Amino acid sequence: MISLSHYLVLGAVLFALAVVGIFLNRKNVVILLMAIELMLLAVNINFLAFSHYRGDIAGQVFVFFILTVAAAEAAIGLAILVVLFRNRQTIDVEDLDILKG
Amino acid sequence: MTYPIPNLLPALPEIWVLGMACVILIVDLYAKPHRLVAYLLCQGTLVGAALLTLTGWSTGTETTFNNTFVHDRLSDLLKLTFYLIMFCVFAYSREYIRERGMYRAEYFVLGLFGLVGMMVMASANHLLTLYLGLELLSLCLYAMVAFQRDSSQATEAAMKYFVLGAVSSGMLLYGMSILYGLTGSLEIGVIKQTIAGAGSENVALTFGLVFIVVAIAFKFGIVPFHMWVPDVYHGAPTSVTVYVGTAPKVAAFALVMRLLVGGLEDLAVSWREMLVILSVLSMGLGNIVAIAQTNIKRMLAYSSVSHMGFFLLGVINATPNGYGSALFYVIVYAVMSLGAFGMVILLSRTGFEAERLDDFKGLNQRSPWYAMIMLLLMFSMAGVPPTVGFYAKLLVIQSVIQANMIWLAVIAVLFAVIGAYYYLRIVRLMYFEDAEDQSPIIAGTDMRVLLGINGLALLLIIPWVGVVIDLCGKAIQGLS
Amino acid sequence: MLGVDIKSIYLAIPLACLIGSIAAGVFGWKIGRRGAHTAAIGGVAVSFFLSLLVFSDVVIHGHSFNGRVYTWAVSGGIPLEIGFLIDPLTAVMMVVVTFVSLMVHIYTIGYMADDPGYKRFFSYTALFTFFMLVLVMSNNFLQLFFGWEGVGLVSYLLIGFWFQRESAIYASLKAFLVNRVGDFGFLLGMAVIYLSFQTLDYEAVFAIAPQVAQQNVQWIPGFDWNLLTLICILLFIGAMGKSAQVPLHVWLPDSMEGPTPISALIHAATMVTAGVFMVARMSPLFELSDTALSVVLVIGSITALFLGFVAIVQNDIKRVVAYSTISQLGYMMVANAVSAYAGGIFHLVTHAFFKALLFLAAGSVIIAMHHEQDMRHMGGLRRYMPVTYWTMVVGSLALCGIPPFAGFFSKDSIIEAVHASHIAFSGFAYFAVMTGVFVTALYTFRMLFMTFHGKPRMDEHTLHHVRESPFVVTFPLVMLAIPSVLAGAVLIKPMLFGDLFGTSLAVLPQHDVLAEMGNHYHGLGPFITHGLESLPFGMAVLGIIAAWLLYVRYPELPGVISERARLVYTLLLRKYFFDEVNDVVFAGGATKIGTFLWKIGDVKLIDGFAVNGSARVVGWFSSIVRYVQTGYVYHYAFAMIIGLFLLMTFFLHR
Repeated sequence: MISLSHYLVLGAVLFALAVVGIFLNRKNVVILLMAIELMLLAVNINFLAFSHYRGDIAGQVFVFFILTVAAAEAAIGLAILVVLFRNRQTIDVEDLDILKG
Repeated sequence: MTYPIPNLLPALPEIWVLGMACVILIVDLYAKPHRLVAYLLCQGTLVGAALLTLTGWSTGTETTFNNTFVHDRLSDLLKLTFYLIMFCVFAYSREYIRERGMYRAEYFVLGLFGLVGMMVMASANHLLTLYLGLELLSLCLYAMVAFQRDSSQATEAAMKYFVLGAVSSGMLLYGMSILYGLTGSLEIGVIKQTIAGAGSENVALTFGLVFIVVAIAFKFGIVPFHMWVPDVYHGAPTSVTVYVGTAPKVAAFALVMRLLVGGLEDLAVSWREMLVILSVLSMGLGNIVAIAQTNIKRMLAYSSVSHMGFFLLGVINATPNGYGSALFYVIVYAVMSLGAFGMVILLSRTGFEAERLDDFKGLNQRSPWYAMIMLLLMFSMAGVPPTVGFYAKLLVIQSVIQANMIWLAVIAVLFAVIGAYYYLRIVRLMYFEDAEDQSPIIAGTDMRVLLGINGLALLLIIPWVGVVIDLCGKAIQGLS
Repeated sequence: MLGVDIKSIYLAIPLACLIGSIAAGVFGWKIGRRGAHTAAIGGVAVSFFLSLLVFSDVVIHGHSFNGRVYTWAVSGGIPLEIGFLIDPLTAVMMVVVTFVSLMVHIYTIGYMADDPGYKRFFSYTALFTFFMLVLVMSNNFLQLFFGWEGVGLVSYLLIGFWFQRESAIYASLKAFLVNRVGDFGFLLGMAVIYLSFQTLDYEAVFAIAPQVAQQNVQWIPGFDWNLLTLICILLFIGAMGKSAQVPLHVWLPDSMEGPTPISALIHAATMVTAGVFMVARMSPLFELSDTALSVVLVIGSITALFLGFVAIVQNDIKRVVAYSTISQLGYMMVANAVSAYAGGIFHLVTHAFFKALLFLAAGSVIIAMHHEQDMRHMGGLRRYMPVTYWTMVVGSLALCGIPPFAGFFSKDSIIEAVHASHIAFSGFAYFAVMTGVFVTALYTFRMLFMTFHGKPRMDEHTLHHVRESPFVVTFPLVMLAIPSVLAGAVLIKPMLFGDLFGTSLAVLPQHDVLAEMGNHYHGLGPFITHGLESLPFGMAVLGIIAAWLLYVRYPELPGVISERARLVYTLLLRKYFFDEVNDVVFAGGATKIGTFLWKIGDVKLIDGFAVNGSARVVGWFSSIVRYVQTGYVYHYAFAMIIGLFLLMTFFLHR
């Protein structure tokens, strides 16, 4: 029997994976975007699980909105990425270090 | 089955701004390049929105859209502040973006969409509206930071802002999902009632609360969630920095009021202590690191970090009085920051960014008037009486004293003293050094007038400072 | 009175100065130099005459006033309001401030005649007068603080007035930073007052104070403080900054970088005495804490004596006067500390006149010498500048406390008061103020002799151009010389032994040294006669003689000796022998101690370590911490995650 806590643990693991992905990844900015996407999905699992087990529809509605916003976010993120590549000819995370101090 | 049409009146300003933003987008298709029409329409939109908000001023608290949207004194006050700030932001930007080939209607439209986001945040009565408002604002800001597409700095700043901002909204959502799971509702009022029974010792609630506090701290740029602030302020075009550094801070106050105070007030024991730690870290790190900066935008960024630490002092008290002083502080801060970045824009011109501290050398010789404006801004930021910045600091420090945290007040005053150093350094550069650059200062009339008012207001508001403080207090009292 | 509401007269007094300042500063470009100085002087003159009116109303007719004039708002319980407390103490201060200010304004016309910043200068000085009046007229701590910060701000602007000079910028920044230390204490004091009394109104605070006299507070665990002692010491830290008490005095000598009229107005007569005034104003609080009074006493005595030594070795004419000012401020603080508040204010008043006079006279010399300030390049100016010389003699005699000049009465009564006092450390204080008299006389007359006597030591060109200063400069000198002679004799009876101050100064019966002295006071004549026989007078005369021997007589001695007979020569030698001892033991020793204190204590320890050192540490720390901001986005994210985890572990595992 899959209980609520299983879902919550899954959500937490995915969230943690996403977070780790953000600060361990030193190569490619695209992976950062993926990690962010994963983070939002982890939250979605939480909402869905709560919504299901509590029998309240609002959580699922929230998930739809999160998905929509995530799409918009991805669009903006990729757009910035394209501009960045045009300016720098690289999308390595390690090269993003003009601004510091 | 019937679907009743919701009462649209409380949301009229939002609808108006949103509609006008779309209108500007379309009008722009038919207008000539470098047309003033987009700018004028945009400013007209703000004036119209202000009128709409003022007509609804006297109506009491009302909710609509199934209790997801609330219209009350606080939301009105915040919205009026947004309009005022945005009006100046656009006026300061106009020449700047024209000179840098960024003068496109999209700039104004993005700005207005961001404004809608802030307005929705201010009126949010539901986790969903809060989140949507926040994201609408954030997405517009990411895009605006990257608006100067050929600038390597700006795009880097945008990327960093985007990644970190997305992480923080992920955290906010995670926190919200926990709240939802524990209370079974997304409506802030219901959450509050449910929590009142749960008690403040609930571990799971505290777990969710930490995520929410972190996300809010990120929006304010509070240590250790401040790392984006200097890089974004520095990298973004100054006309965008002046946006990022002002109105969103006031909007983030809505986040505090709606979420922490409106929804989670019964957990105040916990979040107060978290904010105490964050506030001390912010005041300390912000003030100390600002001293070593040579770029004025970075310096102002660190100064913003420290100011937000001071702002938290007001929230820490967790009484209506404290929130009132925090609201006053954040508004005053936004106005000061508006003027300071406005001065950076003023001194910049085609192909030249007045970003170094040295660019302020000998400003008094070039223009005593603007030197005096900058002097007022710096004194106010340093909290030197009789400028309004002093009252702002006084009020928040007084509120922690009321909360019986003398040691915190002492630390705050100490850091305020340290902070005075780098503001005064600018005053010294302006008055006691020779100018390296003698070129005349050129700016549009709208900018010159507004910047002058902006600076002088910090001093001339003093006789009416009580009225403003009262207004802030009443806005907070209207909540309960 | 005069059919006008008295409140509007009170309001008009500071506002006249403010209007003058705005006219000179903002509209200076339109009204020109003449217009600017007319506006500023007009404003101050109006204030002065109205102050006289108020003085007569308060002192002669006994109409005191205490109340609010205008309320901004009540916020968070603190009323933000403008209120005036007009009592004899205030009235005296108002008259002194506006009178000295007026004289300095007139003098400035001559002194700053060639300066490009002429209008700016007048604007600042009038603004200063405004803030100073706000400070003295206030009836609550908040307004006091407003004036307090305001005068500090203008002082900062004026020290750096000649901003082309590197040293002026440095001095202004130093003044500001050192004063912030004092302000910090003051602000904390205010905070504690508000916290304990829930009000910032003088009257209310004073009314509650006796009830909490024995109350202790424990805000930092393990430290048990008497509430009033804590408040008084915090407030006194503020006074130490403003009134240049050890160890916060370092900014005052450097402030001499500003134009001389400023040194006279701000750094001698008015602003620096704000601390003394504040302590006297707070007498109902200080009276209740013997510990706080003793702290004031020790700091004041150290300042009075040791900074006097330093004055002996200075060669810059303005620095001599500056160190002398610090030393005299020490005297005033000592008077306050032994509960002779009236004595402190009395000395404040006489000092304001004669020290402003000395500064302005020094300025007159500096004009004549084409802005040369080194006394080693002066000498023999007596013949060329008779008015300056004689007014300076008056000022010097007053400063040394020679009867019947003003300083004699105030200083002698302070010394008597210290003698009569029984609080802790009063023995040490008595020694300090007594020795101080000798030191004062020594350095004052050294300055006088080096400047005006002996052979001219300047180059031909300068000597050729030396002439008496214009009328606008000498007129204020004469005007200030008059009260420098008379103020003491006229004021001693009403101020010290009469009831001029009425209830504005509070003294507990067991502290009341002045009443004890009053029993022995039988009029001016006996007071002077008694003074002539007493030790302080002897010390002063001794100091003058020492100065004369050392700086007038001694350099010429070899030449004189060779022409005299052997018998006289031996006689002279013997006499000289005593003076040699005197020189080695007193003057020489004092010179050495002075040099030592100045070099080691002032320059190295306080300047180098405390002031610059802490700034350097913060700067260094700052340059290290900024490397945390590496520029890598994964470090930023990491910082956020760490922050999240720390908050979580901390709050979940409590």
